[in-house]
Amino acid sequence: MIYLDNNASTPLDPDVRAAITVALDLYGNPSSVHSDGRRARRAIEEARDDVARLVGARAEEIFFTSGGTEANALAIFGGSRETGRVVTSAVEHPSVREPVSRLAGESGAGAVAVDPEPSGAIDPERILEASPSGTRLASVMAANNEFGAVFPVSEIARTLRARNVPFHCDAVQAAGRIPVDAPGWDVDLLSISAHKLHGPKGVGALYVRRGFPLRAHTPGGGQEKKIRGGTENTAGIVGFGVAARLARERLPEAGRIAALRDRLESGILATIRQTRVAGGVAPRLPNTTTILFGGLSGEALLIRLDLEGVAVSVGSACSSGTLAPSPAILALGYSRDEARGAVRFSLSRWNTPDEIDRVLAMLPGAVAAARDARSTTALARTP
Amino acid sequence: MRVAVAMSGGVDSSVAALLLKEQGLEVVGLSMQLWDHSSESGRTGRCCTLDDLSDARRVAWALDIPHYVVNLEEEFRRDVVRPFVASYLGGETPIPCSACNSRVKFTTLWDRARAMGCAAVATGHYARAESDEATGRFVLKKGLDPAKDQSYFLYDLAPDQLAAARFPVGALTKAEVRAHARRAGLPTADKEESQEICFVPAGTRAGEFVEAAAPGLGLSLPALPGVVENARGERLGTHAGHFRFTVGQRRGLRVSAADRLYVISIDPEANRVVVGGALELETSETEVSSLRFPSGESPRSPFRAEVRVRHRAPEVPATVHPRVDGTARVVFDRPVRAVAPGQSCVFYRGDVVIGGGLIARTPEARASFEAGGA
Repeated sequence: MIYLDNNASTPLDPDVRAAITVALDLYGNPSSVHSDGRRARRAIEEARDDVARLVGARAEEIFFTSGGTEANALAIFGGSRETGRVVTSAVEHPSVREPVSRLAGESGAGAVAVDPEPSGAIDPERILEASPSGTRLASVMAANNEFGAVFPVSEIARTLRARNVPFHCDAVQAAGRIPVDAPGWDVDLLSISAHKLHGPKGVGALYVRRGFPLRAHTPGGGQEKKIRGGTENTAGIVGFGVAARLARERLPEAGRIAALRDRLESGILATIRQTRVAGGVAPRLPNTTTILFGGLSGEALLIRLDLEGVAVSVGSACSSGTLAPSPAILALGYSRDEARGAVRFSLSRWNTPDEIDRVLAMLPGAVAAARDARSTTALARTP
Repeated sequence: MRVAVAMSGGVDSSVAALLLKEQGLEVVGLSMQLWDHSSESGRTGRCCTLDDLSDARRVAWALDIPHYVVNLEEEFRRDVVRPFVASYLGGETPIPCSACNSRVKFTTLWDRARAMGCAAVATGHYARAESDEATGRFVLKKGLDPAKDQSYFLYDLAPDQLAAARFPVGALTKAEVRAHARRAGLPTADKEESQEICFVPAGTRAGEFVEAAAPGLGLSLPALPGVVENARGERLGTHAGHFRFTVGQRRGLRVSAADRLYVISIDPEANRVVVGGALELETSETEVSSLRFPSGESPRSPFRAEVRVRHRAPEVPATVHPRVDGTARVVFDRPVRAVAPGQSCVFYRGDVVIGGGLIARTPEARASFEAGGA
């Protein structure tokens, strides 16, 4: 299998696997006073140090969660004011979109979702225009999961700070791929997830700026400074720590990964007609490209590629496995028909030039078959 | 050879996949997400529920074949549900299954399957597609199990669609299909089957669905109440929408009369339901439009056939007089009861499906309806 769906999830790093295997035997409850408990506590706190370093934070600013979705929910429900509107970009992940629309429904003040430019960029001015003082919360992702655009989070944060608007950043796709500096960007809250950076599933973290008044949403045994109760996922957190350390050490590999991505992208554009890059003008993650293939269904191409041993995706992975045109691609201004032909290729450090060349060799035939099928149907449907 | 199987989560399509896999083909399971039931205030229809998708997925695991859910909600709404509702509003009693077969399963789904590199699409229908060695054409035949035959719903496949179709259970009885499923340990072996219209929620009549769905489809409902009359134009009562009635229907008329009354025709323009006695329900001929001949041979002169005007209706000998414009007059050898516009009229010769068409209200009414509803 040639795995080009790393924005959905990444393969576990062997060093992470080894650390998790060892940590599975740290059976003591990290809250226990005895030595078994203390061993588990130490492993967790060392992991917290590594995760903190990945986002430029201090360990006490990191709160472990069950993943990016929970971190986003904790930030949005626990970090918003009582009143005012909620502001986001129109291309947020559903784990931001859904809590935001629930908040907006409660307060009656509504939500504003700012569209990206056709280039894929978010204009910070438009976020600011939408966020007067008294705004309940603003949430803008650091990098988009679908077309990979990197948004100007620090610019947005700077002016929101002047207006005293709480600001959350979903950095799930950014962390480990580009430098993330939560205190330097001056965000209040920032979410990350282990399984996007070769760590295990089921563990993530929320950065909470020191002094930010976050409300707890999981009461319980007082873990994570009473913000997030529940006995810690020791092995998962240990794996997250190792993955975060490796990701930070490997940030310089971004150039190599970007070169592979560019090789794939330029190869597709050169050999297959009616192709373009969605949101490819804005600064992007090094590993992501979404290609709009004209005249075919991205879903059919995805399945064809899967049957040939290549894993890609259309839109974001959905739990039921059903697929519909991606709202994020639509928000870039493309039509439903154009969005239907979107296929995302997302790479990691484990991909090789040989893999990219094999994909480039099989794509023209697969695309031609998909287009041929569609044009024949159009004929058959004519009465 | 790579073959797609449309897997509904039922036992028939499960066994279709099993048999093709055992023939050594590379089988790809495709389940269609056709209708989003979540929009219907807690009521669940009979297709595309998460349970059905999950059953299909479990069968695919058991067979060790790849399985995908293909979202065809837009196409289904456009090509099946909207025409279904429009047809009811046009005074007809449509069969959505035929449109789903010819326009969704063997068009859009086949299209997707080809894009995936598949050479054919198989379904769990009880029908047979056989190659005629003399002509090289494909011939559509009844399923061998007379109790299960579904050829009535497949007559409007075009020749190229028939050539791409595989019906692996068409030569089996239902009992044999279940036996295969049990032998292979498929989780759907004892699953009940549904005979109803899949997108109409359980416990809901078609008329209620039409009323609920029409506004969202951009179709307008007739003014209420409408009138119930007899053939002489005498007003006998009122009704809450002609689309709640079907030719031949006796229940729900709420009109008292000495003899049993049946719906004998529906006049959508006037929102009028015409009722009459059993004799008035009989007809010796009918008009048929949108003629289709799956083998690709369109007869130009009158021909004899056994004709079915309803699923499971007994066959009636008849003479079909085709016209070049794709319509026909079908003259039955003996009078037939309750020939309902919108239903399919399918022509058989023995086991072979020669072709068929849609029963028209009258040539004029259908022409004006098609022009308005296209």
